[in-house]
Amino acid sequence: MHKTLVPAVSPEALAEVRRTERRQRRSALIRYAILIVCGFAMIYPLLWLVGASFKTNREIFTEIGFIPLAPTVEGYIEGWKTSTEYTFGRFFLNTFAILIPKVIATALSSVLVAYGFARFEFPGKKLLFAILIGTLLLPNVVTRIPQYLLFRELGWLDSYLPLWVPQLFAVDAFFVFMLIQFLRGIPRDMEEAAMIDGCRPTQVLLYIVVPILKPAIISVALFQFMWSMNDFLGPLIYISSVEKYPIALALKMSISVTESFEWNRILSMTVLALVPSLVVFFLAQKYFIEGISTTGLKG
Amino acid sequence: MSGVVLRQVSKVFANGFKAVHEIDLDVVDGEFMVLIGPSGCAKSTTLRMIAGLESITAGEVRIGGKIVNNLPPYERGIAMVFQNYALYPHMKVHRNLSFGLRLKHEPEAAIRSAVSEVAGILEIEELLDRLPKELSGGQAQRVAVGRALIKKPQVFLFDEPLSNLDAKLRASMRVRITELHRRLKADGLNATVIYVTHDQTEAMTMGDRICVLKEGHIMQVDTPARLYDAPANTFVAGFLGSPEMNLRPATLVRHADGPALRVGGFTVALPDDKKRCLESRDEGEVVLGIRPPFVELATARSTTDTVEGIIKFVEFMGHEVFIYFDLDGEEYTAVNRIENPGLLKALKVGERAHFRFLMDRAHVFDPTSELNLTLS
Repeated sequence: MHKTLVPAVSPEALAEVRRTERRQRRSALIRYAILIVCGFAMIYPLLWLVGASFKTNREIFTEIGFIPLAPTVEGYIEGWKTSTEYTFGRFFLNTFAILIPKVIATALSSVLVAYGFARFEFPGKKLLFAILIGTLLLPNVVTRIPQYLLFRELGWLDSYLPLWVPQLFAVDAFFVFMLIQFLRGIPRDMEEAAMIDGCRPTQVLLYIVVPILKPAIISVALFQFMWSMNDFLGPLIYISSVEKYPIALALKMSISVTESFEWNRILSMTVLALVPSLVVFFLAQKYFIEGISTTGLKG
Repeated sequence: MSGVVLRQVSKVFANGFKAVHEIDLDVVDGEFMVLIGPSGCAKSTTLRMIAGLESITAGEVRIGGKIVNNLPPYERGIAMVFQNYALYPHMKVHRNLSFGLRLKHEPEAAIRSAVSEVAGILEIEELLDRLPKELSGGQAQRVAVGRALIKKPQVFLFDEPLSNLDAKLRASMRVRITELHRRLKADGLNATVIYVTHDQTEAMTMGDRICVLKEGHIMQVDTPARLYDAPANTFVAGFLGSPEMNLRPATLVRHADGPALRVGGFTVALPDDKKRCLESRDEGEVVLGIRPPFVELATARSTTDTVEGIIKFVEFMGHEVFIYFDLDGEEYTAVNRIENPGLLKALKVGERAHFRFLMDRAHVFDPTSELNLTLS
């Protein structure tokens, strides 16, 4: 047996340590209690929504709790059928038909414009950048009427073109700004090394900048995905035939067409409408957070 | 032929700052040229102009006899190693190495053999399947050198490649790069190297010749030995060598047997060759330059080359001793080997001691033009 070199702790010191531990535990307990209560209050509407989608129409308005007494999927089955000739699946497909080209166009154009601003010198760059940032402050609504007139002249009404095409011109200054910030944080050495290795500027963009920008580009795509998923005004203005409606319009339609509407159907479809955004977010969460935290922007 | 020639090259930045002032530099084929200077001396800018990463405001740059002013970097036949390695983070090491060859659509078999050859030379075979973030600093630097080497360029450009490494690694990489240059030469690839650094040990040990820059002007271009022994001006004299050369005011006086120096109340005789250089010069203020190893502790006073100073501070370094002494208000440094422990023990701070100036290794500079007056 060899003796330990640690001196014996006096009983007073031990008691003090215990007291401190107790105090810390107590304060942690209070902290977490407050956080849990606040957090629960925040998430309650969402829980209620999910719970209510499994309730009968009568129960929704009679019971306050979010756990259904007699769970039923009737809302989902009936809601999916919709009051129109199409199922809700059709509206989902429409939504993706708007979304996917829009997201791709946004990512492409924003990367190109951001690369230009971040890495090249050209006459009028400062002014153009100021204008770009200026449009960040401009409410979207301001441009709705001139845009509508323009697209009417082009004969693009009741098609998805007014929703797709503007994205090819990097109209979302927020995304361009986010990518520029990200690029500013990346040293140019790698791009210069690539130039010496034989890359032309477009190859530098393709082989070096885009792979390095990946987290930021994924963030841009995610933002655009979620915002477009929830976009109501755009489709409302330009899309008039029901067969082309995205989810946002379809949900609104089911509220307005009948007078005594079936709340459980609407809530069920709302829950389904949330699913794509959630799935995409959790799949890309890692990149999303990387992209946001490196740009210094908080969503 | 892969010499690099700069003729009256200037660089003015967009904000109007003139970084490089009409410099002329001839780097001959196969030479290892080091560009050195304090930060802000435009050594990196000069290198980047040669690389094509920075535009040239005026003058011309020739590589292998061809004017390259308006050629993009990839058409200049150069390869560059960056300070922070600049490896492509999303590519594995072998992809990093072969990226340039792949862009040229070289056949796969040729690429593979080139990668394994370079990996062999730099001993990075076991790293080929790693990502840059999984490499240590020294390994990343070797990969960066490999990426330059694989292109078999006419000219290698190094931009402070070792400054992010710790002292030990730096020393071994220094040897490795010098050896690589020698080996390439022996293999018939007469590659010219232009190497930027702010570290004088690197400059002195690696360069065939060194170009010393200050604020966008070339101060001197010569071999390491010549720069040390015959600095053209006070800047070069003070910049190279550690501890720094003593550059202190002195007065040129005329005696019957020719010019001599008055330093802190003592007269120091000059050797004949230096006398000849100073013969036509009037009496007056000059700057005496003498390196610390050439200031020797002396036992007795001699009238021709000895001064008497007050010891301020003594540092024992093991094999040698640094003595800081005051001579009429000016601080001098002497570095002496410990050959006489008894004598050194007698050194006491605050006491007087004799120091002999080895004047045949000393220099005399003009105080205004700062030029060396004693270059024969």
